Formats: sequence, C-alpha cells, structure tokens
Amino acid sequence: MSDQIPFVNYLALGDKPHLVANECTSCGARFFDRRNACASCSGTEFKDAAISTQGEVRTFTIVAFAAPGVDVPYISAIVDCDGTSVRANLVNVPADPDHVKVGMPVKLTTFPIGKDEEGVEAINFGFEPAA
Amino acid sequence: MGSEDVYILGIRMTKFGKHKELDTVDLATEATLAALKDGGVTMKDMNIIAAGNLMGGAMPIAQVIQKACGQTGIPAYNVSNACATGATALRVVCMSIKAGESDFGLAVGVEKLAGAGLLAGGARKKDGKSWERSGRYGAVASVDGRIGTDIMPGVFAQIGMEYGHKYGGANFELFAEISRKNHSHSTLNPLAAYTKEMTLEEIMGDIMIAYPNTRPMCSANCDGAAAAVLVSGTKLKTLSLEQQRRAVKVSASILTSDPYEEACQVLPNVNTLTRAAAKQAYEAAGVGPKDLDLVELHDCFATAELVHYDNLMLCEEGNAVDFFKSGATWRTGTTPVNVSGGLQSKGHPIAATGIANVWEVCHHLRGEAGPRQIEGAKVGLAHVIGLASACGVHILESNSA
Ligand SMILES: [Zn+2]
Repeated sequence: MSDQIPFVNYLALGDKPHLVANECTSCGARFFDRRNACASCSGTEFKDAAISTQGEVRTFTIVAFAAPGVDVPYISAIVDCDGTSVRANLVNVPADPDHVKVGMPVKLTTFPIGKDEEGVEAINFGFEPAA
Repeated sequence: MGSEDVYILGIRMTKFGKHKELDTVDLATEATLAALKDGGVTMKDMNIIAAGNLMGGAMPIAQVIQKACGQTGIPAYNVSNACATGATALRVVCMSIKAGESDFGLAVGVEKLAGAGLLAGGARKKDGKSWERSGRYGAVASVDGRIGTDIMPGVFAQIGMEYGHKYGGANFELFAEISRKNHSHSTLNPLAAYTKEMTLEEIMGDIMIAYPNTRPMCSANCDGAAAAVLVSGTKLKTLSLEQQRRAVKVSASILTSDPYEEACQVLPNVNTLTRAAAKQAYEAAGVGPKDLDLVELHDCFATAELVHYDNLMLCEEGNAVDFFKSGATWRTGTTPVNVSGGLQSKGHPIAATGIANVWEVCHHLRGEAGPRQIEGAKVGLAHVIGLASACGVHILESNSA
C-alpha cells in the first residue's frame, strides 16, 4: 500500500477511507485546508475530525465546458456529510440531470487517478449513489 | 459619522463589446472625459481619484488615467475587489466626500476582456513527473474538475440549484426564462454588447456550459469602461441649476464581505453578504424595496439573478420563483430588473460593471434613457457581487422635483 498516496492531505486512505477536517477546538468550525486560525472565532487550536462517509447532495452542477485539459462532462457537487459540507465530484452515475438530484443519498468512494514515473499511484475521492 | 451628502454629477459608460482598436487606456480615458463633460467639470476640479482594472491592462490604473488625461497631483487609489471593483472605487470616493476631505471625486473602472475564456479554473497543468504536494489542501495535482469545480458558471449554477431545491419551483426552463427577459431588455440598449432577442428554445438549446447555465445564460466577456464624477451636497449648491437638476443623490453606498457560516469556504455563500448590504442600504437611504422604480443587479449567471431577488428583499423570503413568474421583473412589471440587458447581454467587463450599473440607474432617474426609459423613475438600486467575496449596493435618487 506504500505506493499509494492520497490526492489531497485531507483524505485518509486505509481500510476505511474517509476525509479528515481541521476542527477548531473552541467553536467546532471545520476546515479542509491548512489553517493558521479559525475564520469563525479566530482560535488557533485545531484537532482532527473524521468526516462521515455518508452524505446527501446539497447542490450540484454538470460541467460540460471546462478549461483545457479538464475532462467533461463531470458532476461537481456539495455534499452534506452529517452537517459538514464537502466539495467533490459525483461519480459512478450518468452525468445528466435525470440521474442526479439534489437531496439524493451518496457515499464516499476512492479511485486511482494515475501513477507518476516512480510508480506511485495517487488516490482521489468522490461520492457515488448510496443504493 | 459623515455629514456631507454625496451626489453623482456626471457619469458615463463606453459601449460594451469588442473594441479591437482601443486599449485599456483608450477605454478608461473615453469614459473619464465623457463623465467629466457630463458633469460640466474638468480633471482640475477633482480632489481624489479611485480606479480599478483587474486584468492588468494598464497599471497602476488610477495613475495611468491621470497620465492619459490630467496629472494634478491628487491622491490616487487603486482598488481591486473582484466583480465589485467598480462599486468599490465609487464607494472610496463617496467616503472621501462624506468625510469632508473632497468636494469632487472621480471613480473609474475599465476592462479588456473580449475573447477571454472561462474565468477562474485556468487550463489544467499536466500532472508532474512525480506527485508533489502544493497549496493549502496539499493536492498532488490540479483540483479543478477532480474535486468539484472552480469555474464561475459552475459555482453559480450550484448556488442557483441550491435555492431551487430549498424553496422549489426553479428548473432549467425557469432559469432560461430569466435569461430571455434580460436578452429581450437588451434590444433597447445601444451600449450593450449583445442586443439580440432570444427565444426560450434558442437559450435552452445553446451550448451547455454548466447545467443549468447555457452560454447565453452566462455573463458576456467584453471590453468596456465606466466613470463617475461625484460631488458633495454643499458644493453642488454652488453649481448651475442644470447641474443640480441632473445630479443624482447617492442615498446609500454600502460595501460588505461575507461573514463566516458553515460551508462558506466550500461553496461561496453569496446570500449573507448581499442580504446584509441590502438591509444596510435600505436603512441608510430610508427607502424600502417597494419604493424602487428599477434595479440593476448582478446577473453574472441566470442562476444568480434568481437568488438576488430574494437577497435584495425584492420579494418575500423563499418567494423568488413566484415573484419572477408574476412578471414583476420585466421592464413592464412592478420592479423592473436589469432593463439594461444585464450582464448576460450588456456584458461584464469586470471592473467597469459596478459603475456601469449605477450609470444605467442614473440614466433613468435623469429621464434620459430614451426608448428604454422607465417612466417617472425616482429611486433605483445598483448591486454587484464579486466572489470571495465583496458586495456593493448603491441606492440612487433623482434630484429633480
Ligand atoms: Zn473557531
């Protein structure tokens, strides 16, 4: 498994892949980026918070026309994971408005996006319909 | 707090569109000289200049404008606030006059944008030879399109879809119908970049950019500039009766940024800061949404216009769909919105937009809008929002009896 790395720092791989947020210890606000301080309360202490892998689509768009090099169409969505909003692509579902609905239940999934020259595979995450 | 009243004495926008033969300086100068002439004053009268240009055609833009048409040694403020840049320049001048530091001031916004591609989310770089983490998320390669979208049509599509789901009734056809209204309005505006009436079928059948926004439902990248000359209430009294009659009162000049809320760093929340700006503006001006004879709001995408009906409190909370369906926002309705054609057809030369919107409202309040005049217009509101985020709201009132 050592030849796999997560696509972003806030994705934890292993047996049960999940996202990890920086949670402000004074107000509970959650962030996925590297933090200096909290945007809600200006606190500077954070702890790791595991994010639920189950969620509900809060909103989405199907991008059909993108910058050069970006594969289209893709579904961009905001997923509400038990009160924490996550930005992600929806995968394993046709990219058309008949198959994607706001409010649909989804779950986290991971997939390889390619190997570099040293054979290391980068693993990204997305959300797929939760049957 | 400041005690001076602030008036717009002169204001102009260039034609928006493709200006192959004009550069940033040409456009800024054209708008500046026209605004000065419109106000019956010269650069020598100005006590302050604030200007914005986001795409960097000529920097620092305020001094470049001075060097092009009048270096008088006055303080020059270069402002940058995304799509609210023009409104911010205007607000800087307002503050200076309000504070009693200036009698006259000049605000300018200019952009060369024709032919620019999708804003934000630039071309994806080829993945590196070895994965290397960079940025605040520690991503090993480009994120746009792999973890959601960075492009503006997509971001604002999500904003509109969320509103539609929360309150119901908004679908692809409704958003397209909003776009049809603005394209229809544009046919009366000779300064708009596009002035073509479009049918619902044409709009819905056009190239899909980010569902539900097709190409004509997105703001048009174009070239353009707009400039405004402002004056204090005290100074205005010393000017000619004609200047006083045509002056437009700035009853409110408000700028807000987005307060923290859950998810606001995941998907920009354009609602909180717009609602806050509107509330402050109505209070400052002592008018309510029902008093507005016309509104120019930031329809950067058809999906954005819908949510701003609600944010600007033009309708009851959650009622934007029914409000639009009632016909209220057509030029024949109770609250005409974007009679200029809006950003979708008039065009969106980013830094110029926040002054061009004010120009449109002033044009009607002065009774000078010709075939597209909203008859008897006395009070109007101009709104812009720039992501990440800044919201400018100006309420303007006619000064003629
Ligand atoms: Zn906090």
